[in-house]
Amino acid sequence: MIYPALEVEGLVNRFGRQVVHDGLSMQVRADEVFGIVGGSGAGKSVLLRTILGLQRPVAGVVRIAGADITRMTEAQLRHIKARYGVTFQQGALYSGLTVLENVQLPMLEHLELEPAALEELAMLRLRLVGLPADSAWKYPAELSGGMVKRAALARALALDPGLLFLDEPTSGLDPVSAAAFDELVLYLQKQLRLTIVMITHDLDTIFRTCNRVGVIVDGRMESDTLERIVEHPHPWIQAYFHGERSRARLGAAHGA
Amino acid sequence: MSVEVRRTGEDLELELTGEWVAERFAALETALASVDLAAAQQLSIGTRRLTALDLSGAWVLRRFVRRARAAGAAVRFLGTQPDQLRLLDETLKEEGPGAGGRSPAPAGPQPLAAIGRIAVSAGRDLYGALAFGGRVSATLVASLPQPRRLRPISIARHVYDTGITAMPIVALIAFLISVIIAYMSARQLANLGADIYVVDLVTIGVLRELGVLLTSIIVAGRSGSAFAAELGSMRLNEEVDALTATAVDPFEVLVVPRVLGLVIALPLLTIIADLVGLTGGALLCRYLLDMPLTQYATRVEEAIAPTTFWVGVIKAPVFALLIGLAGCYRGLEVRGSARELGRLTTVAVVQAIFMVILADALFAVLFMELDI
Repeated sequence: MIYPALEVEGLVNRFGRQVVHDGLSMQVRADEVFGIVGGSGAGKSVLLRTILGLQRPVAGVVRIAGADITRMTEAQLRHIKARYGVTFQQGALYSGLTVLENVQLPMLEHLELEPAALEELAMLRLRLVGLPADSAWKYPAELSGGMVKRAALARALALDPGLLFLDEPTSGLDPVSAAAFDELVLYLQKQLRLTIVMITHDLDTIFRTCNRVGVIVDGRMESDTLERIVEHPHPWIQAYFHGERSRARLGAAHGA
Repeated sequence: MSVEVRRTGEDLELELTGEWVAERFAALETALASVDLAAAQQLSIGTRRLTALDLSGAWVLRRFVRRARAAGAAVRFLGTQPDQLRLLDETLKEEGPGAGGRSPAPAGPQPLAAIGRIAVSAGRDLYGALAFGGRVSATLVASLPQPRRLRPISIARHVYDTGITAMPIVALIAFLISVIIAYMSARQLANLGADIYVVDLVTIGVLRELGVLLTSIIVAGRSGSAFAAELGSMRLNEEVDALTATAVDPFEVLVVPRVLGLVIALPLLTIIADLVGLTGGALLCRYLLDMPLTQYATRVEEAIAPTTFWVGVIKAPVFALLIGLAGCYRGLEVRGSARELGRLTTVAVVQAIFMVILADALFAVLFMELDI
């Protein structure tokens, strides 16, 4: 592909006097896993909402596959939205629908399928993310935290998107489930040739899955490969990658 | 076109072209369905001119390949077999006969079992409601000695939310209803030459029944639903559990202030409804029946017994209790999903209105027996 999968240029977001983004730019290349990191309140969620077209920025350009979505009407956005998948932090599964129906909903809205194919294709997504078959008829309230994340991932994959956004995919999971989820994301990324943009705080996830990392500091983004970003002189980035909690991880990664 | 078919004797050659993606699912299915597999011994599938193949496209292709194999054809790929097919095979391989089966289908209609189930759930419901009422009373009694635990600020907030903000709509409805009654009865009574009794009808009707009943129904719709929705979403958000975990009794901070607030607000709203209702009657009598206001006032005084006003207002706290309890009980019953929240909010309002009307009927019998 000629275009970067996702490109943000000179993004400005303001709420009243509070400036969240002040000329933020980023580029995500096809087939890579790009991690977005930032302090609480740095504007990670606002950035994601802007990229998803849930809110319009004050200024700046967001291009998905080369098309600027900030200038699009809702009808034009509909096409773009069918091409990416999103998982939200809390899963955001529709609580009144079963897991299977959750996965089927985007298909029903965007594709023309007969009922049998609809069910089999949805089941395929569930198997792909490693959910047991009997979970298909459960309601989201009956699922464990890890299963909610997997079900949300299955729903995000419903339309075979090339681009996937994951908002804190491993938050709230125990380390073992989180590691399993990392492996799942990597497996799917390789098998389905996905471009993945993930917001995460989890250093283990970053080191395991991300090719490049963008750190939001002072309303802008510093992005680079994982190896180089850890050497960035900005104090917050230093504190993040070289704090008490990450030293052990870094040592392990460099030693390997 | 997404498939080109070439047939040479028993050899069938398919050339896949273009994009095999989810968006074109229906077109792909029809294209493959039209391929005639009969008498084909050898099926070759070319993928070199395929520009895109996603999971849904691969799934269609895989199903076709299985169909061809079942029909007895040997399948081979010209060039490499797409990775997506291998992924599908891997993902679906341990698909046993039982896996992916439907959940146990609901059994057909079994009237006896259904009746039993309804009876049991009705019994549980009644028990739950009684237990809830008991718990509220116990909490109230326990916090009476310590006024701080009655949460006066919280009560004031609920008096404001359920009472003060409801004043305009309550007043408007009371006005309209009294005008309707006066107008209707004026036309009927005029035939008998008994116009003056319009005043009796409006006064007694509004003071004894309609003022309090309509106010209660409005409040049940406004505040009963608000209680249920508010407590229900707090339940979904685990706020109720958070309160319990910090040793704060949710009944003390959530339920009792709401119920008490409503018990204070509803009688006050009823008085407003009574006042506005009488005013409406007066205006209609003045302008429609040309009755001087002084005559209306005298007639009102003659029509009402000393108890008429109180018979209406005394019912208000009881109705308020029923509305508040129904709203809070259903709200705290919410579990799991947004749909439950909607369902139980509806149940709260319907039951509150039903209980208010039922209680009103019981009051009517009681007052008749008491001869007031």
